[in-house]
Amino acid sequence: MSTEEIRAALAEIVNEVAGIPADSVQLDKSFSEDLDVDSLSMVEVVVEAEEKFGVTIPDDEVKNLKTVGDAVAYIERNRAA
Amino acid sequence: MSRTRVVVTGLGTTSPLGGDVASTWEGLLAGRSGVRSLGDMAEGLPVTIGAPAAVDPTEVLDRVVARRLDRSSQLALVAALEAWADSGLDAAQESGDVDGERFGVAFASGIGGVHTLLSNHEVLLEKGPRRVSPIAVPMLMANAPAATISLKLGARGPVNTPVSACASGNEAVALAADQLRLGRVDVAIAGGTEAAIHPLPIAAFANMMALSKNDGDPTTVSRPFDTARDGFVLGEGAGALVLESLEHAQARGARIYAEVLGTGITADAHDIAQPDPAGRGGARAIRAAVRDADVAPADIAHVNAHATSTPQGDVAESLMLHAVLGSAADDLVVSATKSMTGHLLGGAGALEAVATVLAIHHRTAPPTINLDEQDPQVELDVATKARDLPLGDIAALNNSFGFGGANVAVVFGSVG
Repeated sequence: MSTEEIRAALAEIVNEVAGIPADSVQLDKSFSEDLDVDSLSMVEVVVEAEEKFGVTIPDDEVKNLKTVGDAVAYIERNRAA
Repeated sequence: MSRTRVVVTGLGTTSPLGGDVASTWEGLLAGRSGVRSLGDMAEGLPVTIGAPAAVDPTEVLDRVVARRLDRSSQLALVAALEAWADSGLDAAQESGDVDGERFGVAFASGIGGVHTLLSNHEVLLEKGPRRVSPIAVPMLMANAPAATISLKLGARGPVNTPVSACASGNEAVALAADQLRLGRVDVAIAGGTEAAIHPLPIAAFANMMALSKNDGDPTTVSRPFDTARDGFVLGEGAGALVLESLEHAQARGARIYAEVLGTGITADAHDIAQPDPAGRGGARAIRAAVRDADVAPADIAHVNAHATSTPQGDVAESLMLHAVLGSAADDLVVSATKSMTGHLLGGAGALEAVATVLAIHHRTAPPTINLDEQDPQVELDVATKARDLPLGDIAALNNSFGFGGANVAVVFGSVG
């Protein structure tokens, strides 16, 4: 999967969970500040992403995923590993 | 100091007969049954019928709002939003004329978020703990419906969740009226909800022999007061009422449907599930409500009976009415609307409060269907067709009784 494909798939999850239009889920956007994804919705997004991308995102790691770009980079790194 | 008078200024419901008050009331007056086969979902269960909400709440609510709510809270929110708009307080709120700190909620459920609990349990077993929803607890907790309404409408006063099984919805009305009388709030949304049409509650209620096992035409199975009754039919939905102090309602020129005149709450201390066969606890609740209302037995023109269609309970309710009201019990018009809606458990008392208020407002008692042969032990004038109620000042009684021995009676009165 390319970076853009991961971003688009993640955007679909964010749309499903939080109702944010998928095209506004861009790499530079902060989940909490720009997209208004609250902490419990973020957990839902993470769990959906784990299943979708076949990665594990530990709770301790979630707080480092501030932007969509952070999450996409984490997924890319851990899918490759 | 005179007591704060409490009036009903808004009504809402989503019921087995319709997705709003107008369609539900029309269904009640027409004697329509909301009971039907539950289809595949009930395959292999001892009971395969029920009275589901006529309109799926997910068709009405925003998708993202709905996915964060258990079905019981979805139904509660639909009913509460209708009641809020019906009262005109939605417009008043937009212009800044509703004080959120003087606005409370009392909203009940009998069982709570059972769909969420059980679907997450399935996920736990099939996919493991990581897949359990992080919002499972706020979805399934007992106060989720009340909290959902508080959040949506900005109610910052007392937000309560009375839980008394099948008396819960009526108890919420009584509790909200108390909050108004105590001067804690000027406005409250009261009601109850239930979404328990799921194989586990159906099996459990069937095993305790509470549900009818009648396998005839589903629309004929819920038959309160009839000799052939053999248990209740599980229903689903919610009812909501906007209660307001008379002063607050008059100040904004609100339409007033009826007044909450009196309430009575007691317990049997007899058995966890069986009603006291003599109906003593229920009679004490009715007596307390009538005294609180300060009305004479002859003023009570109509009773929306709890009447679930169980052999014992329906007879006990007749005994209670005679014990408290004496010969006046012969003259009032009784309706058993569960004959059409099934039993909404924690939502029942609230839906029936809506029906009682509408009966006063329209001066019409809804019919009781399937009453082919009235049980001779039930010495009441049960309306089998919609029946006119008298003009002038009238009162009406809404009864609800629940497992645990809970008894709640509320007396409503006409206004003006």
